[in-house]
Amino acid sequence: MSKKIRCALIGPGNIGTDLLYKLMRSEVLEPVWMVGIDPTSEGLKRAEEMGLKVTADGVDGLLAHVEADDIRIAFDATSAYVHAENSRKLNALGVLMIDLTPAAIGPYCVPPVNLKDNLRAGVKNVNMVTCGGQATIPLVAAVSRVQPVKYAEIIATAASKSVGPGTRKNIDEFTRTTAGAVEHVGGAKKGKAIIVINPAEPPLIMRDTVHCLVEDTPDEAAITESIHAMIAEVQKYVPGYQLVNGPVFDGKRVSIFMEVEGLGDYLPKYAGNLDIMTAASARTAEMFAEELLKQTEV
Amino acid sequence: MDLRGKKITVHDMCLRDGMHPKRHQISLEQMKSIAQGLDAAGVPLIEVTHGDGLGGSSVNYGFPAHSDEEYLSAVIPLMKNARVSALLLPGIGTVDHLKMAHELGVSTIRVATHCTEADVSEQHINHARHLGMDTVGFLMMAHMNSPEGLAAQGLLMESYGANCIYITDSAGYLLPEDVRARVAVLRAALNPETEIGFHGHHNLSMGVANSIAAIEAGATRIDAACAGLGAGAGNTPMEVLVAVCDRMGIETGVSVFGIQDVAEDLVVPIMDFPIRSDRDALTMGYAGVYGSFLLFAKRAEKKYGVSAREILVEMGRRGMVGGQEDMIEDTALTLLKQRRANA
Repeated sequence: MSKKIRCALIGPGNIGTDLLYKLMRSEVLEPVWMVGIDPTSEGLKRAEEMGLKVTADGVDGLLAHVEADDIRIAFDATSAYVHAENSRKLNALGVLMIDLTPAAIGPYCVPPVNLKDNLRAGVKNVNMVTCGGQATIPLVAAVSRVQPVKYAEIIATAASKSVGPGTRKNIDEFTRTTAGAVEHVGGAKKGKAIIVINPAEPPLIMRDTVHCLVEDTPDEAAITESIHAMIAEVQKYVPGYQLVNGPVFDGKRVSIFMEVEGLGDYLPKYAGNLDIMTAASARTAEMFAEELLKQTEV
Repeated sequence: MDLRGKKITVHDMCLRDGMHPKRHQISLEQMKSIAQGLDAAGVPLIEVTHGDGLGGSSVNYGFPAHSDEEYLSAVIPLMKNARVSALLLPGIGTVDHLKMAHELGVSTIRVATHCTEADVSEQHINHARHLGMDTVGFLMMAHMNSPEGLAAQGLLMESYGANCIYITDSAGYLLPEDVRARVAVLRAALNPETEIGFHGHHNLSMGVANSIAAIEAGATRIDAACAGLGAGAGNTPMEVLVAVCDRMGIETGVSVFGIQDVAEDLVVPIMDFPIRSDRDALTMGYAGVYGSFLLFAKRAEKKYGVSAREILVEMGRRGMVGGQEDMIEDTALTLLKQRRANA
């Protein structure tokens, strides 16, 4: 078996557990530690059953083992409030942080758009934006790489059951972080993000709409081709990323209507919003791991 | 029930909910003259913002003629007695918008969520309360939750700091008995000092009857729009509500003839089309569809040749909630595809 890069997961909740399922399948990543704060948590128990070492003492419980267990990458699926401390402690030991919280200390990372730039820059902390950002920013970038986008707006609709208490308590962070990344990563001059939570039963599969206002008359053929190519890129790690309608061209408006169905690893399939976060995080870590493995070969 | 001597606060919607049928294009001059008219007629509270609340300016909901800041700055300094409120939907507007509104002199903030998702309002309600604002929790599409379910959601908002909880009939679907049941259970659940409000739409012509039912069950704040200018078939018409309250001895403090004149002389002349229960607005009330979808569905009908009524019914069937305006064009396109596949 080829050598794998060893990782730790912080936060044994829904996201952390779903991510663990994905990492178990990875060719280049080996999940070794699951870090929690509640010794009775289901997530820690599950991780232990899956063969991981676990601690309920938070990141401090992991620090002593980082060197011995050769932990090179850590995923933080806790909250923005504790991420800064987690990141500082682990960065000090040379561990790369993949941040799934909205803390956004490091640069935003949307794999098909700017992962390679982040790799080249040699960053120590990357932020995975938000679920809505992962689902829509590739498409904003698909339009902006063809011609200038004056304004881009995304509307993410998630099933009520898939939106956890962290997001609900600080929903402004979602709209701010996503809008910021629509500009900085998507390439729109101005970005806006809207989130809608829908309680329908059975739960609806995540829907995402992207509206771009381009500066000049849209080159319909080039934009359409670029969008389809980008969707194929995202489908490499989220197979359920589907174009439902569009692109619609209406004057200078370009609108794209997407559906994101998850893989159903640990979270239900309708929770495409959560799946695209964990899948994008795993993909990001794999790309970093491949770089690290290359470095160890020479 | 004898309601003589009961005092209620009426809250005018024509400059906020009325932005929907105006495609958010009300001019500053129109805003100012109507707000002054309402103030002079004795309306104590007037809502002013984009139809979808603070920060609603977007492709999805429509770009307004002026920003929220411009509207609020124009109207607030002119008010002699009336106070001005603003609507905020978490997920669209943020605490930053709330701070801006507060600085401009908005006294009342209304934090609106779907009727089962009150917990997204915590940071906004909390913040408004700390600023000392009159803080309202606004439970939209109230027909989609049971009286007990709504009471549980209202309790959450109250625990975050709301001093008034609204039952909001965004689809104009509720009938008087439904309103009475919801207000009564909420009244029994909340602290006695927490107020209850009702926001009606007139799609089934139940606006006034529902408002009276709400007052009977304990509501003390009632939303209505002068000349009914609001989404769908409009809101409860203010001048009618005021006249009915006057006949019943319910005290609103609004002049019966004064408000009629504002409706007739200032509001009706700015309407782009008659606000009435046409087949699409009626369908919304009948099928329980969010009021502000109306014009978007009519536009999609024009563009794609799929009837607005068919789109609205499909939206209702799929359980769409407020804010999902993006799904109107999507639904029209999907219906069109199905039609072509079946042809």
